[in-house]
Amino acid sequence: MILTINNVSKQYATHKALDKVSLEVPVGSIYGLLGPNGAGKTSLIRIINQITAPDEGEVLFMGEKLRQKHIGMIGYLPEERGLYKKMEVGEQALYLAQLKGMQRSEAVIRLREWFEKFELQHWWRKKVEELSKGMQQKVQFIITVLHEPKLLILDEPFTGFDPINANLIKDELLRLKENGTTIILSTHRMESVEELCSHIALINRSHKILDGAVRDIRKEFKSEKYEIEYKGNAIAFANGLWAGYELISHEPHGDLMKAVVKLGEGRTTNDLLAGLIPNVEVHSFRELVPGMNDIFISLVKESNEQQPVAAS
Amino acid sequence: MSTISLIIKREYLTRVKKKSFIIMTLLGPILMASLFIVPILMAKYDENETSKIQVIDESGLFKGKLQNSESMIFEMDTFSLPVAKTIFNPEKHTAILYIPGNVLNNTGAIMLFSAKQPNMNLVTSIERTIQKEIESLKLKAQGINQETLDQIKTRVSVNTRTLTEQGEEETSAGLTTIVGMLGGVLIYMFIFLYGAQVMRGVIEEKTNRIVEVIISSVKPFQLMMGKIIGIALVGLTQFLLWIILTVAISTVVSNLFVDGDKMKTQMMHRQSPMGTPMPANVEDGATSNSDKSEISDFMNSADSINFPLLIGAFLFYFLGGYLLYGALFAAIGAAVDGESDTQQFMLPITIPLILSFIIAQSILQNPESKVGFWFSMIPFTSPVVMMVRIPFGVEPWELILSMLLLVGGFVLTTWLAARIYRTGILMYGKKVSWKELGKWLFYRE
Repeated sequence: MILTINNVSKQYATHKALDKVSLEVPVGSIYGLLGPNGAGKTSLIRIINQITAPDEGEVLFMGEKLRQKHIGMIGYLPEERGLYKKMEVGEQALYLAQLKGMQRSEAVIRLREWFEKFELQHWWRKKVEELSKGMQQKVQFIITVLHEPKLLILDEPFTGFDPINANLIKDELLRLKENGTTIILSTHRMESVEELCSHIALINRSHKILDGAVRDIRKEFKSEKYEIEYKGNAIAFANGLWAGYELISHEPHGDLMKAVVKLGEGRTTNDLLAGLIPNVEVHSFRELVPGMNDIFISLVKESNEQQPVAAS
Repeated sequence: MSTISLIIKREYLTRVKKKSFIIMTLLGPILMASLFIVPILMAKYDENETSKIQVIDESGLFKGKLQNSESMIFEMDTFSLPVAKTIFNPEKHTAILYIPGNVLNNTGAIMLFSAKQPNMNLVTSIERTIQKEIESLKLKAQGINQETLDQIKTRVSVNTRTLTEQGEEETSAGLTTIVGMLGGVLIYMFIFLYGAQVMRGVIEEKTNRIVEVIISSVKPFQLMMGKIIGIALVGLTQFLLWIILTVAISTVVSNLFVDGDKMKTQMMHRQSPMGTPMPANVEDGATSNSDKSEISDFMNSADSINFPLLIGAFLFYFLGGYLLYGALFAAIGAAVDGESDTQQFMLPITIPLILSFIIAQSILQNPESKVGFWFSMIPFTSPVVMMVRIPFGVEPWELILSMLLLVGGFVLTTWLAARIYRTGILMYGKKVSWKELGKWLFYRE
């Protein structure tokens, strides 16, 4: 584990931002930190960055208690981000790299590589205010990863990027992951979670309500529902369903019929097909996999029903 | 390089490289130097021009009474006015002064004719001369002669001496006043100018949203102190450059136009004790002698002021006062979302500063007053008030106590400001009230 969070709580005057939250972030994972607005994600991220300290609980970084010296091993791209507008791009990047503990000479070399990769080399001596928003975002990304952090924390990294640049960043993240960097990704964009994350944690109203490997979570939320498209008689179709199946929906779809069937205890997909094939002509058959979006929404709803008032 | 020195370096360099800094640094001394130089040049210009005035005195009262001076020569003529006007030669005479026969009853009828508009100095000099003459004529008419009048006229100049262990020391209330007030004003200006820069710097970082990136690398306290110290260095640099450039420009320019000794006496002539230049014509012959002794008093008493103490104290209160207020300005910057919201929080900072300035003026009248004592102890007012008091002499224990209190005050405001700062910089889009600020003080880190 690169990061272990044990029972961390954080209280602001009248508002409990985090309530006994525990997480484990495995080395080399892309860890999705999910949750609605105001759930406590930013508070948690600020604690990991040592911007604030937890009231209770502890944070371990590579097995050690989180301390000042770990700052150089963490890279952070905040959601609310910006640069000094009147300062030159190159000078500013060097300044921020040095604050992270890098040597100036080393920072210059790496920065030149990154600027070349992101096609920014001609902007080195320009002031930040002369850059387009997308370019500023690129510079910010470079600054975040320049010191080759072991843990990268990105809060909504894709906002402000056009699809091409968003892809560029995505590729960089995957490359960094290949090289062993652990990435914590806080985002609302579920499609990037599906695409990138190997692990997730879901936080709602200052509580963690779910965490684990995406694969396991998918399995856990597997609904055993299947969608079947067929041609033939609806009564014949119903006859093909033996006991132990539940017909969720059934409706015409063009010149075909579409049905959703849930498997009962002890039934397999082969049993279902074996029953249907003699009766109707099956055109397609697929498992209905729950998307992260569905899991997110249903879990948040569920947890809000359980604790209808925000902790105070 | 440690992180705080990196921050100081950035704060310093970005400001020193700014065009506005360079312009202000160059413009300041030029303005200041011109304060010294312009009166000298004016004096030089005046000297060169002697006005010859043709006097047509129909009353006959002024014969031999109008005294020539360096800048004015009177020539009595007996032409009638119309004749004088027709034969008037601008190359020979600057103007014709016409005094009618009934001048005693009708002073408004005195006229001055010239080819071009006469300058104000000339007119006032003539007015003054005639006025004096008419006054003395009228006094005579009342039975008071010039002798009695001279006896009545008294001029008092008190020589101040302070009794010290070494004996008597000559002092000048005038010089102490100037030195004290100058120190106070400089500190007051410095706190306002550079304190506001600290505030704007913090607001910039907050509205830029760069602050969260930075404080994931350094502690908020380091960022705040780095900024305050960096800007202090900018201020000191500017100040130093101003002094050097002012001295350099004044020396060069005055050497070009006037030789040194003459300049000094000119300067002294033109300087009233309050340090404001006065036009030359205010001084007339009668008082110039006593003026000279005043000037030598003035120069001698410069030795009586303890300049090393004064400069040391100035630097101390200069920095102490700035650091105390700088921290508060930083806290305000952190609490607001933009410069337009600063108003409500600025008031409690500006009030003690303005108050200290008002009190400083009352101290000039009475340096030993109770008010002066207490306000030179309170850290919020002591930088300005104590600076004004020091040239008049302050007990060592008072000075030390005041300095200790200032250090304590600085530590306290920095502590308070740091707590407001670290919470405030991460609060976006929230209108903050005083109550809210109070709560922030008690947040745990």
